[in-house]
Amino acid sequence: MEVHVIGASTIRKEGRGKVMGSAAYADDVDLPGCLLGMTVRSRCARGVLKGITFLEGVPWDEITVVTAADIPGKNFVAGHVDDQPFLVPVGGAIAHAEQPVLLLAHADRAVAEKARRLVRLDVEELPPLLDIEEALACVRVIHGERNVLKEIRIAKGDPEPVFAAAAHVVEGVYRTGAQEQLYLEPNVMIGTVEHGPAGLEVTVSGSLQCPYYVHDAMKQLFGIPGERVRVVALEMGGAFGGKEDYPSVIAGHAALLALKSGRPVKIAYDREEDMAATTKRHPSRTRIRSAFDAQGRLLALDIDFALDGGAFTTLSPVVLSRGALHAAGVYRCPDVRILARAVATNTPPCGAFRGFGAPQSLFAIERHMDVCARRMGMDPVELRRLNVLRQGDTMATGQVMREDPGLEGLMDRAMAAIDYRALQKAYAVRNAWDDPVKRGVGLSVFMHGCGFTGSGEATMASVAGVEGRPDGTVAVLAASTEMGQGKNTVFCQIVAETLGLPVDMVDMAEVDTKYVPNSGPTVASRSTMVVGRILEDAARGLRLALVQGGFLAEPYDPEAFREAMRAAHLKLGSLKTYGQYRANPGFAWDDKTYRGDAYPNFSWACYAAAVAVDLVTFEVKVEDFATVQEVGRVVNPTLAAGQIQGGVAQGIGWGLWEEVTFREGRMANNQLTNYIIPTAADLPHIRVEFLEGGSPFGPGGAKGIGELPMDGPAPALLNALRDALGDLRLDEVPMTPERILNRLEEARHA
Amino acid sequence: MRAFLPDYAIQAPGTLDEALRMLAAEPGAWTPIAGGTDLMVLFNAGRLPGRRLLDLSRIYELRGIEDDPSRLSLGSLITYTELLEQRAVHQFFPNLVKSARATGALAIQNRGTLGGNIVNASPAADTPPSLLAYGAEVQLVSARGSRWVAYDAFHQGYKKMDLAPDELVARIRLPKPQGLGFHFYRKVGTRQAQAISKVCLAAYARIQDRVVTELRVGLGSVAPVPLRARRAEAAVVGRALDALPIEEARRAVLEDISPIDDIRASAHYRQVVTGNVLAQMLKELGAARTA
Ligand SMILES: Cc1cc2nc3c(=O)[nH]c(=O)nc-3n(C[C@H](O)[C@H](O)[C@H](O)COP(=O)(O)OP(=O)(O)OC[C@H]3O[C@@H](n4cnc5c(N)ncnc54)[C@H](O)[C@@H]3O)c2cc1C
Repeated sequence: MEVHVIGASTIRKEGRGKVMGSAAYADDVDLPGCLLGMTVRSRCARGVLKGITFLEGVPWDEITVVTAADIPGKNFVAGHVDDQPFLVPVGGAIAHAEQPVLLLAHADRAVAEKARRLVRLDVEELPPLLDIEEALACVRVIHGERNVLKEIRIAKGDPEPVFAAAAHVVEGVYRTGAQEQLYLEPNVMIGTVEHGPAGLEVTVSGSLQCPYYVHDAMKQLFGIPGERVRVVALEMGGAFGGKEDYPSVIAGHAALLALKSGRPVKIAYDREEDMAATTKRHPSRTRIRSAFDAQGRLLALDIDFALDGGAFTTLSPVVLSRGALHAAGVYRCPDVRILARAVATNTPPCGAFRGFGAPQSLFAIERHMDVCARRMGMDPVELRRLNVLRQGDTMATGQVMREDPGLEGLMDRAMAAIDYRALQKAYAVRNAWDDPVKRGVGLSVFMHGCGFTGSGEATMASVAGVEGRPDGTVAVLAASTEMGQGKNTVFCQIVAETLGLPVDMVDMAEVDTKYVPNSGPTVASRSTMVVGRILEDAARGLRLALVQGGFLAEPYDPEAFREAMRAAHLKLGSLKTYGQYRANPGFAWDDKTYRGDAYPNFSWACYAAAVAVDLVTFEVKVEDFATVQEVGRVVNPTLAAGQIQGGVAQGIGWGLWEEVTFREGRMANNQLTNYIIPTAADLPHIRVEFLEGGSPFGPGGAKGIGELPMDGPAPALLNALRDALGDLRLDEVPMTPERILNRLEEARHA
Repeated sequence: MRAFLPDYAIQAPGTLDEALRMLAAEPGAWTPIAGGTDLMVLFNAGRLPGRRLLDLSRIYELRGIEDDPSRLSLGSLITYTELLEQRAVHQFFPNLVKSARATGALAIQNRGTLGGNIVNASPAADTPPSLLAYGAEVQLVSARGSRWVAYDAFHQGYKKMDLAPDELVARIRLPKPQGLGFHFYRKVGTRQAQAISKVCLAAYARIQDRVVTELRVGLGSVAPVPLRARRAEAAVVGRALDALPIEEARRAVLEDISPIDDIRASAHYRQVVTGNVLAQMLKELGAARTA
């Protein structure tokens, strides 16, 4: 019997529980005797903690208090660099205004909250460093010698002499703001600590993307081996990267309180705390200098890409890396120089957010290409056609395009979907009318590298497995988490397809580090492509084991498979097979020189936007949005389209409205009232088209799609705004109504 | 929830008399609560100063609609949803319909009340501009008696009102426009729903023989209080529809308003957009069909 599960829109595995309200999120979990934890934060962007005072007003003897002095192991959150403490010790430096200093727990959350307000911190304040330019100019030095958390250089040829001789040289500076992930479910973590025969045993569960990151963090915090740490990922209400590294901090806090109180402790952030204290998308500043010949062929690129990393290193090196590797966009260019730096500032550390550095640098290059085209008197579409990567071309790292990415075809499809040329013609007529609403259309062409950068996957060496259960069903064993993206469903589809079973015979094992192997973090658009392929191997292994063990004869039907598993169980006791990441032959990467194959492959896309600007209020309405992407193979069309539409919505928000307003290093608009994400009423119909080129690296040919849709909207929108409004300095996102007014006035005065 | 629940007390009197007696006995000790959609936001954030809440929801005297030939009187507990169900509101006060539709989302419209919107006294509230444009009056009641005040004199300064600590807002009364009228409402928030106004303008004009004989423009979010654009109104009243002094009115309105920079918009943006929306309103007024 031929069963085709890949390519079918099978129903979301955890969907029923979520829709019916029976799914238990971390805050729904009630452990007997559980205390509720609170965090006292520094509230000062830079300084030295001199002392802590507890004011009267609560029964302090009922309240568990934890300070840095209570930490049994190392007071650093495990990461790329150990520089972020779990708690600021007395005498220690304060590096941002939301830094945890002290933890409190009580059975009544309100008492703990009251107590939180009765803690006074004695702080010697120092002048803070608050933005990228100040950090680069070393107005003050707060990190290392130059405030640089990480620097990356990519070089191909030598652009300098090219600029001197080129027909056109165009320069531009582009900026992007911080962005809040705004998952529906704020962060929640539950910690319990037991005294086992070998010493402390720490268990944490909650809303988290990367169980083994938390696992590492607990080992280091408590100074105990991995066998005595258990991390359980509960139902998660969204993450978008926002629960990649910060859950380690909260888990540590909950576990420290649990250790001190001897009771389970839950820490549940409310929206205000979650928005203010946890990670955001890195703000960026990109300077681009580009050289073209008289026909508009791109000759050289000189890119200076800078990210605001915030107070600690956290994930900035890897975010910077992805940003740098996408900085030259989808263009063929013989001479390229990229200087990428992540700088330290006294703001809460930035972190992962869908796209991971790529949306920032792609915004710059895709906006810049439009600026260049207009400067040279060319059509932005034609300039792109002339310069897009084709088979045999090399990217900035020297990575050769082994196959044709088909970018012109993607552009044709996207333009047809939105009726680009017809809109342009109609708008040219209508925009001349005496009507305050002006319309424009624009596009962006871009890619997203799938999986970890460079040698990341090889170093990670992820493992995933499948288990044949005695009842004849198959469980998927992986530490990848479900955050709404559909991993549960897609993994089951891949395993079902490989085993030739219906998808309801396969489900996910609970993501508990005690049972599932380290399949790596749930990030980087890697789960389907990388872990999915490991699962394909593991599933083949299971089938082979059954066949070779004489339990199963091929061809078989699902019933025969079920029987075989039952029989195997009786005889063998347990039936688990694992797969491990296999490097792709012929691919090489050098992390020192940043040369080689940065990603095994890329997903490619062209997005087109039609906008209307009302010159009475400077409000922008997105009237139409077309997306066309080549993603290898679509495993589940409904889920994939959902990923694209959701990502586009976030991209539109980032491009037009979402602005994190910092005052003295603290987020001032940490409420849904004033941090403006789009509602359904603000979004157009988002058209989704997939092209399925197939890829040799993913299961059934699938590549990554999770982050791709975040990359394209912002530049497409601003290019459309340029089309609507004429020559304005549209160099920044979010391009809010206030900024549009400001740019129009600037142009009028110029 | 950051508030400490045991710190708070709530009483729910069954009649207006009882409520007024409680207020009279301890003026200022009670915080009236209607729909709670403003107060509970503060409560949740642990920033609600009033610790004793007086629940108005059972007081029938604060409900109900009286529809006279010349005016409409609304109980202060009327919700946005109830407002939207009133035929007379649609017929005579279309700006109020637009205000209600532009407020929050359905859940807020189901709970939030007109009285609460008024007494919360946010400069960014969305019904006050319409109430100003329609020349509303509010009835204030206390154990001492009852009085009517013109709504355009009710707000006296940022969150300061002509409302004594022992008084409640009982009713809101609107004269029904007579003759040929022009209605305009525009809320400028950053998004299409669930937005707090950055600028809000409501206008009602009476037209006789193609001349503007009466004009009231109510503005929100551009001063410490919702207010009338009196200078701009004066520039327009008495002028013919085909010769409205748009630029003069635009200059005049800048004298009426005193916007500030805040987390939602800059003062400059508010100035420019108020002028633009006023100009848009006057263009539409100028193009009004009068035959
Ligand atoms: C998500 C959300 C969205 C919102 N969107 C909008 C919006 O778009 N536009 C807008 O204008 N508002 C908005 N609001 C604010 C709020 O909903 C309105 O102001 C609403 O009308 C308040 O009415 P209420 O009955 O809920 O007031 P309450 O919260 O009960 O009371 C508000 C204030 O009025 C006082 N009060 C209430 N009734 C009386 C009375 N009869 N006499 C004396 N004092 C009284 C109370 O003491 C309190 O000070 C929003 C609120 C939320 C939570």
